[in-house]
Amino acid sequence: MCLSIPSKVVRISEDKTMCTVDTMGVQRDANLMMMDDDDVKVGDYVLLHIGFVMNKIDEEEALASIDTYKEILELMDEEQRRQTILDDDNCAERGSI
Amino acid sequence: METLELKNLYDDFRDGETIKAYAKIIAEDAAELERPINIMEVCGGHTHTIMKFGLPQLMPENINFIHGPGCPVCIMPKERIDHAYVLAMQPDVILVTLGDMIKVPGSNGSLQDARSKGADVRFVYSPMECLKIAEENPDKTVIFFAIGFETTTPMTAVLLDQVIKQKVPNILFHINHVTVPEVMKELIDSRDIHVDSYNNKIDAFLGPSHVSVISGAKIYEAFPRDYGRPVVVSGFEPVDVMEGISMIVKQFVEKRCELEVQYKRVVTYEGNLNSQKLMNTYFDKVSLFRWRGLGNVPDSGLKLKEAFADYDAEVVYKDVLPIAEIEDHKLCICGDILRGMAKPPECTIFGTACKPTTPIGSCMVSSEGACAAYYKYGNLI
Ligand code: SF4
Ligand code: SF4
Repeated sequence: MCLSIPSKVVRISEDKTMCTVDTMGVQRDANLMMMDDDDVKVGDYVLLHIGFVMNKIDEEEALASIDTYKEILELMDEEQRRQTILDDDNCAERGSI
Repeated sequence: METLELKNLYDDFRDGETIKAYAKIIAEDAAELERPINIMEVCGGHTHTIMKFGLPQLMPENINFIHGPGCPVCIMPKERIDHAYVLAMQPDVILVTLGDMIKVPGSNGSLQDARSKGADVRFVYSPMECLKIAEENPDKTVIFFAIGFETTTPMTAVLLDQVIKQKVPNILFHINHVTVPEVMKELIDSRDIHVDSYNNKIDAFLGPSHVSVISGAKIYEAFPRDYGRPVVVSGFEPVDVMEGISMIVKQFVEKRCELEVQYKRVVTYEGNLNSQKLMNTYFDKVSLFRWRGLGNVPDSGLKLKEAFADYDAEVVYKDVLPIAEIEDHKLCICGDILRGMAKPPECTIFGTACKPTTPIGSCMVSSEGACAAYYKYGNLI
């Protein structure tokens, strides 16, 4: 299932094609090539889809939804949490609208 | 500590007080409606949420859901799947695609069948994986069978952009990208002509959200303005969907007809401008794309621009690709289902000859398809 959990950008590659994002404690890389060069900065919240940053998320809205997700994720153990966060972006049916 | 099942956790959270609160608001507002309203969710992601969380049961009698055509796998006509099959069977080809595509039956079989006959068919999570596959297989041609709506089109454009910039010699594209507003128009027009089993029409749309992240809410402007149909762009969580429906009902009660965004956390009016630019660089509209079950929908498909014909598998392999249009199994009513004119249990072979393990039509193959959702969640309304 797709929670569309907001991810926070923690690092941007020199050529600005890739970034590392932190999704509630789980880090992974995402492709930045759908965004304009200076669109995304370290500290911004973004939405991922099949390995790409699709767009920025309004910070206030991002924080509010993260609070909701936290409640769910806090109830899980470490491994479950990691898997859920990865699954959120790895959904096999992606490619859908 | 007892380990919590993920599924129960979601169910608890998503089936919570907020959903019930919205159900109450919707019921109160709906009591003021002069006539029942039919809301079409265009996107398969929404259909899934609606069925999974049993939202139809939470609706008052005068609010009806109509499922739309929003799954890229469901709408793929057999002849396109045959293209993929034929391409996969060519010597020295690696065919790469996303999602459930691999299971959909074409007239010779599915891509899975092609694979069991020795074809190299791969399923990737991200189109960018094609770059690696191409690099590791320099003596093969990698063909990316691109599917999806506006959501995934820019990713295909980024891949092509990289193929050109990095001068990758062995990646080709077979483009099956389609666009949402055109099919929404087609549905309104054709349903105004056809009289369906409910004799109803589409009164409002729950707008797809990921499409709108890319293309912006602006793509739905024409619906309230020219067609008198409100559109509310909503997120995928059950709470998002309930809020979206509540916003639609409010519009009817207050006699408004507008484009609104429920999913404000990611959807803007303009969308992702850079992605739109990328799509415009590489793609042109095709004047007709045949949708499975819906027939030809004007301006609803994309193809590579002429300047990029060298990368177009449809051009490069045109001598081997079949051109005939292929109809569906005669008992399969996916066409009506995709048009929102019938519900899955009305199909005579639903759940008997046709089930997820032995699908006859693609609405059962794709986990986003309406038939699969009805089968899985047992909502046999
Ligand atoms: S299909 Fe799309 S919307 Fe549905 S869960 Fe997967 S990613 Fe999310
Ligand atoms: S149940 Fe199967 S055959 Fe019937 S409409 Fe759905 S996919 Fe087609």
